[in-house]
Amino acid sequence: MRAPLSWLREYVDLPAGVTGREVAERLIAAGFEVEAVDRLGADLSGPLVVGRVLAIEELTEFKKPIRHCQVDVGAANGTGEPQSIICGARNFAVGDKVVVVLPGGVLPGGFEITARKTYGRLSEGMICSARELGMGDDHGGIVVLPPEHEVGTDAIELLELVDEVLDIAVTSDRGYALSMRGLARETATAFGLSLRDPALLDVPAGNGSGYPAAVGDTVACDRIVLRAVTGVRPEAHSPLWLQRRLQKAGMRPISLPVDITNYVMLEIGQPLHAYDRARLSGPIAVRRARAGEKLTTLDGTARTLDPEDLVIADDSGPIGLAGVMGGADTEIAEVAQEPQALTAGGGPGAEWPVGTTDIVLEMAHFDQVTVARTARRHKLGSEAARRFERGVDPAAAAAAGQRAVDLLVLLAGGTADAGVTVVAEPREPRTITVAADHPDRVAGMAYGRETVVRHLQEIGCEVAGSDELTVTVPTWRPDLAEPNDLAEEVIRLAGYAALPATLPRPPAGRGLTARQRLHRRVGRALAGTGHVEVLSAPFVGPAQLDGLGLPDDDARRRAARLVNPISDETPWLRTTLLPGLLDALRRNVGRGSGDLALFETGLVFRPTGAEAPAARLPVDARPTDEQVAELEAALPAQPRRVAVALAGAREQTGWWGGGRPADWADAVEAARTVAREAGVELTVENDRHAPWHPGRCAALYASVDGARTLVGHAGELHPRVVKALGLPERTCAMEADLDLLERATPGLVSGPRVSSFPVATQDVALVVDAPVPAADVEAALRAGAGGLLESLRLFDVFTGEQVGEGRKSLAYALRFRAPDRTLTADELTEAREAAVAAAVERTGATLRGGS
Amino acid sequence: MSAPNKSYDPVEVEALKPEEIDRVRDEALAAFAAAASLDALREAKVAHVGDRSPLALANREIGALPPQARADAGKRVGQARGAVNKALAARQAELEAERDERVLVEEAVDVTLPYDRVPPGARHPLTTLSERIEDIFVAMGYEVAEGPEVETEWFNFDALNIGPDHPARSTRDTFFVEGAAGGPDLVLRTETSSVQIRSMLERTPPIYVICPGRVYRSDELDATHSPVFHQVELLAIDEGLTMADLKGTLDHMVRSLFGEGVHTRLRPHYFPFTEPSAEMDMLCFRCRGESAGNPDRPCRTCSSEGWVELGGCGVVNPKVLTACGVDPEKYSGFAFGFGIERLLMFRHNVEDIRDMIEGDVRFTRPFGMEI
Repeated sequence: MRAPLSWLREYVDLPAGVTGREVAERLIAAGFEVEAVDRLGADLSGPLVVGRVLAIEELTEFKKPIRHCQVDVGAANGTGEPQSIICGARNFAVGDKVVVVLPGGVLPGGFEITARKTYGRLSEGMICSARELGMGDDHGGIVVLPPEHEVGTDAIELLELVDEVLDIAVTSDRGYALSMRGLARETATAFGLSLRDPALLDVPAGNGSGYPAAVGDTVACDRIVLRAVTGVRPEAHSPLWLQRRLQKAGMRPISLPVDITNYVMLEIGQPLHAYDRARLSGPIAVRRARAGEKLTTLDGTARTLDPEDLVIADDSGPIGLAGVMGGADTEIAEVAQEPQALTAGGGPGAEWPVGTTDIVLEMAHFDQVTVARTARRHKLGSEAARRFERGVDPAAAAAAGQRAVDLLVLLAGGTADAGVTVVAEPREPRTITVAADHPDRVAGMAYGRETVVRHLQEIGCEVAGSDELTVTVPTWRPDLAEPNDLAEEVIRLAGYAALPATLPRPPAGRGLTARQRLHRRVGRALAGTGHVEVLSAPFVGPAQLDGLGLPDDDARRRAARLVNPISDETPWLRTTLLPGLLDALRRNVGRGSGDLALFETGLVFRPTGAEAPAARLPVDARPTDEQVAELEAALPAQPRRVAVALAGAREQTGWWGGGRPADWADAVEAARTVAREAGVELTVENDRHAPWHPGRCAALYASVDGARTLVGHAGELHPRVVKALGLPERTCAMEADLDLLERATPGLVSGPRVSSFPVATQDVALVVDAPVPAADVEAALRAGAGGLLESLRLFDVFTGEQVGEGRKSLAYALRFRAPDRTLTADELTEAREAAVAAAVERTGATLRGGS
Repeated sequence: MSAPNKSYDPVEVEALKPEEIDRVRDEALAAFAAAASLDALREAKVAHVGDRSPLALANREIGALPPQARADAGKRVGQARGAVNKALAARQAELEAERDERVLVEEAVDVTLPYDRVPPGARHPLTTLSERIEDIFVAMGYEVAEGPEVETEWFNFDALNIGPDHPARSTRDTFFVEGAAGGPDLVLRTETSSVQIRSMLERTPPIYVICPGRVYRSDELDATHSPVFHQVELLAIDEGLTMADLKGTLDHMVRSLFGEGVHTRLRPHYFPFTEPSAEMDMLCFRCRGESAGNPDRPCRTCSSEGWVELGGCGVVNPKVLTACGVDPEKYSGFAFGFGIERLLMFRHNVEDIRDMIEGDVRFTRPFGMEI
């Protein structure tokens, strides 16, 4: 809402020196977001006067047509002689009244005017356009003034070019503030001044002789007022003051009746509709649309109406979307196809639609939700809808009608029709009972009853009672319904700045949960081992899942679908972290970073198809635990995952020697790093699982609730995936389920007894068939070695002629130690042989190099 | 070795003459002093204290002396050998020290050589900033609460007093997710307030929780908007909580994050889930408000406003308490929420929100492990 300060002053006697900035500060403190204070004409200075074009000489020798004009500016130039002025615009004629800036004047933007020679003639000033005067920039033509203004008149004052306009973003609960009336009330309160309420008008009661109305839905439309004005002069045009106020408020002047309805809406907040009476057939009806009905709205769009749409109709069918936009057929504005604003030079020539002399004005009150739904359904916003959605004062309809009638009579020479139609549902004023100290208890400071009552009265409430107040809410504040609503009014008017700052005392806390600590540790551990965290958007599409080479029946293809995705290419929610992470990897490579270790933790979304429909629960009481469980059952599983992607060198080449490319083992190690933070020992198996290389894919297992459970995969990506996704060769990745790892976390660690007896080391080299997993050999050795084995480490893997084709040699260092004695050579040999025997038996190993 | 001299004749033994002993002693001392290296010293040692050295030979001759002469000669030889051994040890130590010194010099390296064998990792600044805020409140006794990102509309809207016709419930603001029935009955949560609702259902008052997490709005991605962003929200429910408690809590948070002297200001606003509601600003921590109205001291952080917008807050609407089974007659509460991206932008001079989403390691690395 744009509020000119000059207009505000009409309702509030602000001291002369008060600036727009000062008003803005007070309104901000009262809860209004003043986004800007536009200082119109701040750097404008005269002489700027009304002139009359006496003669026009068309100069044709230049690239574009130029006019050399003689303009009568009266005594403004000191001589009374015509002023010689060159002008490039053509939308004026001899005899037109125009705005002339004389040498010495300064136009907005610091544009100084001097007498100068141009196009071979002397130009002593300039004939101004609306844009040059800072009046708005929707039309570039010369301003042609109505003929009644005297030459030589100061145009700065005439056109009210110097003003300040407050641009206020009104929150959705305060519909009343979308009017000068509402903002003036807040301004008056903020300055402790009284308000001249523009809606305080004497209005006639309804009588039987008004234009007939039929309201078919009194819930959606609880009030309609119809007034009529006859004998309107077709040539009447909006006076400058009216046009200028509309312009400053951000609206374009169109024609007198339309301008008046807009003006009254801005002033009082009640949207009005003006109909050409001759185009109406039968009573004005308010009803729901019938299926299949069509309406072409003022914006020229033909719309098929929904049976829920509330329409204004006459015998011919719908003539408007109630509270949203009028129809093209009956609308006065429709005929004024050429905007007849003064900015377009239309002033004196602006005429009404042919034959419109009788006007019917409709002032109705529509239900907020009905209007909001229709506006949303038809994606049609309008000034009227904006107000109805936020709440319009139903009691102001009659006053708005009276104001519009008065203006039509005054400015268009019409006659007010004696007939007044009022169809209104009886409405009791709303009262709220509230403890007088309730605002104190909400705020945490003592205002006292007197202050509370005063502030409530300032916003228009009537207040009765002492400890318990009965507050009657004004009709323009439908947002006030609960005691806290009233508390907010008191606290904001007393000033949020006055609130003290105190600290509550929460009960003693227990810090982060084990799960939260684990999530932090995982992030630190991965970052500590050189991985950089990525937070990618969870939107994926078929291209990414295809790129990963997922089989058609892969569970990761069962994704939750967005109804309104940002992009049609990514309509799903991720079922794996890999697409986003690999995107980030590719982006980094594209930007010249080749050696990369990235990680991400976050939720993936795994619908099973067995989710229940989400119930619509009431909000007037806590849902039962069963109802909450039902809601939960509607949600897809959303486990937290961790993923790592690696490419390029894991260790760089440098003065210390050669580097090392990231490989499958780094991906597995990243998984172990994560698992270690959970205190979990992973077991690893070879696996074939997209998107990994079938020969370089590790399945990761942990013991979850006593059961061996798959918790993730790691390894090198499949070369086809690497190619399809445009990744660096040999890109490696890991993804694991953090929720499962958390559940796999064992209980308290028992402190080990540390033996101080000497260690005995034994090395064994075993030859097995190449496909035999090292993990199996190790498990066998451990099992065979028995309790004396302290640790075991694979220190070499060897293939070659010596071990034979299709075989591999695994060399292990075994460390034995007893808790209570030094081991004897016999004990050592026995344990070692038992270990080897187990490996031989379980994995077909042979001992290499005898011994 | 010569046989003992049994004749008791005072045989003159050349090697035991005092001047001869002095001479070989001096020779030895000179040789040690002259030894320039440990190898040379080793040779001098063989020559002057070895088995075949003059002093060793002289020592052997002592037995050949008549008894009355032995003590004298023994003393002389002993003193000489003592002096020689001492000098040898001293020189040995000296030369070893020199050698050690030299080795250290030879082993010197250029410690300015870079070592970037494994380039450092880093956590995302949004993660660490969120944790930083969590820690401030955990220290005060709050719990950190979490919840799902795909939510039912009841948790995300209805329970928060966001009615069915509220504009936020349109596809212009909210991502809808197809539910089981194929209909749009789920949403990507638009604020972590849904976790507040869950907290109230799961706990009994007093409730003090902080709810960090990812949220979604159907905005196009540009320099200052992202369809995916992060929030921290707070909810406190207890007997007698007030707006003053909210103000004090906010002040404590911004002091913890930005230092003493920074405080917040509340401006009336409207949210369905709080009543009264406010927008919260904090004093610009860089210019301390001094840039406002002062063209000589422009401030980029606050655009010379003196204040930086943080987010929304207010007293929990009693309707929200009712929907969650908390008695509004007995309990009251306050809540606030703000975006971590915005906070990161002005706290750390980040100009483009896309840098936080794209995962460029050059952006993330400098933030390290904590923020």
